[in-house]
Amino acid sequence: MSTTAFLDDVRAATERDGEPRWLRDLRARGAERFAAVGFPTTRDEDWKYTSAAPIAELDVRAISEPGGEVTRASIAPYSFGQDGWTTLVFVNGRYDADLSTAGVASAGVRVLSLEQAREEMGDLLRDTLGSICDVEQNAFIALNTALFTDGAVIHLAKDAVATAPIHLLFVSDAAAAKGASHPRVLVVAERNSKATVIESYVATSEAVYFTNAVTEVSLGDGATVTHYKIQRESPRAFHVGTIDARQGRDSHFVSFSFATGAALSRTNVWTILGGEGCGATLNGLYMADGSQHVDHQTRIEHQKENCYSREVYRGVLDDTAHGVFNGKVYVHPEAQKTDGKQENHTLLLSPRAVIDTKPQLEIFADDVKCTHGATVGRIDNTSLFYMKSRGVGALRARQLLTYAFAADVLEQIELDAVRESLEELTLARFTGATTAE
Amino acid sequence: MLKIKELRATVGDKEILKGIDLTVKPGEVHAVMGPNGSGKSTLAQVLAGHPAYTVTGGSVEFDGEDLLEMDPEVRAQKGVFLAFQYPVEIPGVSNAYFLRTAYNEIRKARGEEEVDPMDFLDIMEQKLKMVEMSDVMLNRSVNTGFSGGEKKRNEILQMAVLEPKLAILDETDSGLDIDALRVVADGVNALRRPDRSTIVVTHYQRLLNYIVPDYVHVLANGRIVKSGGKELALELEAKGYDWVTGAQGAAA
Repeated sequence: MSTTAFLDDVRAATERDGEPRWLRDLRARGAERFAAVGFPTTRDEDWKYTSAAPIAELDVRAISEPGGEVTRASIAPYSFGQDGWTTLVFVNGRYDADLSTAGVASAGVRVLSLEQAREEMGDLLRDTLGSICDVEQNAFIALNTALFTDGAVIHLAKDAVATAPIHLLFVSDAAAAKGASHPRVLVVAERNSKATVIESYVATSEAVYFTNAVTEVSLGDGATVTHYKIQRESPRAFHVGTIDARQGRDSHFVSFSFATGAALSRTNVWTILGGEGCGATLNGLYMADGSQHVDHQTRIEHQKENCYSREVYRGVLDDTAHGVFNGKVYVHPEAQKTDGKQENHTLLLSPRAVIDTKPQLEIFADDVKCTHGATVGRIDNTSLFYMKSRGVGALRARQLLTYAFAADVLEQIELDAVRESLEELTLARFTGATTAE
Repeated sequence: MLKIKELRATVGDKEILKGIDLTVKPGEVHAVMGPNGSGKSTLAQVLAGHPAYTVTGGSVEFDGEDLLEMDPEVRAQKGVFLAFQYPVEIPGVSNAYFLRTAYNEIRKARGEEEVDPMDFLDIMEQKLKMVEMSDVMLNRSVNTGFSGGEKKRNEILQMAVLEPKLAILDETDSGLDIDALRVVADGVNALRRPDRSTIVVTHYQRLLNYIVPDYVHVLANGRIVKSGGKELALELEAKGYDWVTGAQGAAA
């Protein structure tokens, strides 16, 4: 396995000048860790069904020169038709101030690029960055920590409410070819604050590149953060992304992961319910065809009493696509009255499509309610007959049923603009039509 | 309109229909009654083209065409409608979208222009009134989370929108309270016309107080064992099915 290109990058990063001591130390820890463990192999339990070898063998270097031909017009299809949102645009991993829009300002809400944040919120960064996603957790986090150059920092002061969603749009174009970017996002939601954050990864070309993103979310007591991840990378790209949240008492973390892009993608969504009365909702939809590989790993850790978690992941796989879903729920001995529910449903449209689904409940408290269910199926013949019996042709009936299967989980998305846009995208994918109601 | 001759059908290795003969003329209402397992629901499903059943003999002619040769969607486009005993839930597809798709597919098959969403809503408005349904139901997913009565009403709503030539009601009365039963029956009656026919499959005579049949047939063990006028239903109600199916009942 060749990790040479990555190690060269790591070496270069630790020699980078002009960064504060704490950041150099943090990077050094990431670099050491990555050099020590290297990329995971399928002998690692967490990587049993997804081989990281294609990523390790990629001869890609961190993109050092900002560039690209991205324009407002080329990103318009990915903005959900919204002008009022605070949007930070990143082109091939680099923040682009010209393409970004400030949007509607809300008191106590700050949205900065990582570089701006280093100047304006150095102390916050020093105290928080890397405190949730530790380099010990896995090689990709270590690599990101060693190499991240850009990203975003969102800070919500106590009681602050972001009235408009915050959109972080990572665009890759043809100039990203053979390159790697390691975006880093930090969301700090102080006590009783509230915001919706959208993280989009999109491409305007079919280039081969690698995105290795890490997002840390800190929720203070009573805070609510809704996080949408839209992964629509180039069909030949590689994408690894971790979203890791820490929840204070009575906080709510809502996550939705939508994944249709990349040749190989791996998304980790993790949260620790670290105070009483917390709620976590982790939903997602993956749709893949051709020879795409799409992997979701979720981990919900119940540490305290009276918390709930809700999880629904759905997938539609065609051709020889390979899906992986691993949903871990860990309930600590003191987390009594935990109410957990997990579902994973996958629709296979082709006999050669594969899903590996693994619910993993580890419960060490005795007074809890935890359920899980996984189904893998094909189009339901009874539903098909029902539609046909109303005059709907076989092809159209199949298309509608496929759309319906996927759209079922999209209904969970509260933000209208995102839900409608993803519904349209999904409908077009399966029927070629553009509107539903 | 409909000519069934010597119809035989199996599910798996089991023969359910063992030679059915039935002729339905335009404007007529036929009731098909029978005990559980007699094959009456199978008959309804076979006519609609349910893939779980294999036709092993006989013929079915609909408006002079071979019905058994047609795919289920073609049968619907030609004017056959089955109101399901257990309407299927389709989460994720709104009732309105489903109905409009069906309506337009049928129009397209008949060489008629498709109807846009706004015009379709106008059509829906009066149909909804007919089955006493709120337009809120249009935005909900097809049958998803509907009560038993709402599902049956929804079947009749679909029927009212699609205006079939031959409507087959498969135990539409099962699980309905008397108010829902009346609404459903009113809906069916409102659609009666000299050129439209109805087959009412039912276990009980109750529904036939509201949808008055021209003919009543008793199905037992895959065959029609007795036919008569509407008074036959009352007789069955009073005497029970053993009265006509006694021989088979005793043998079983």
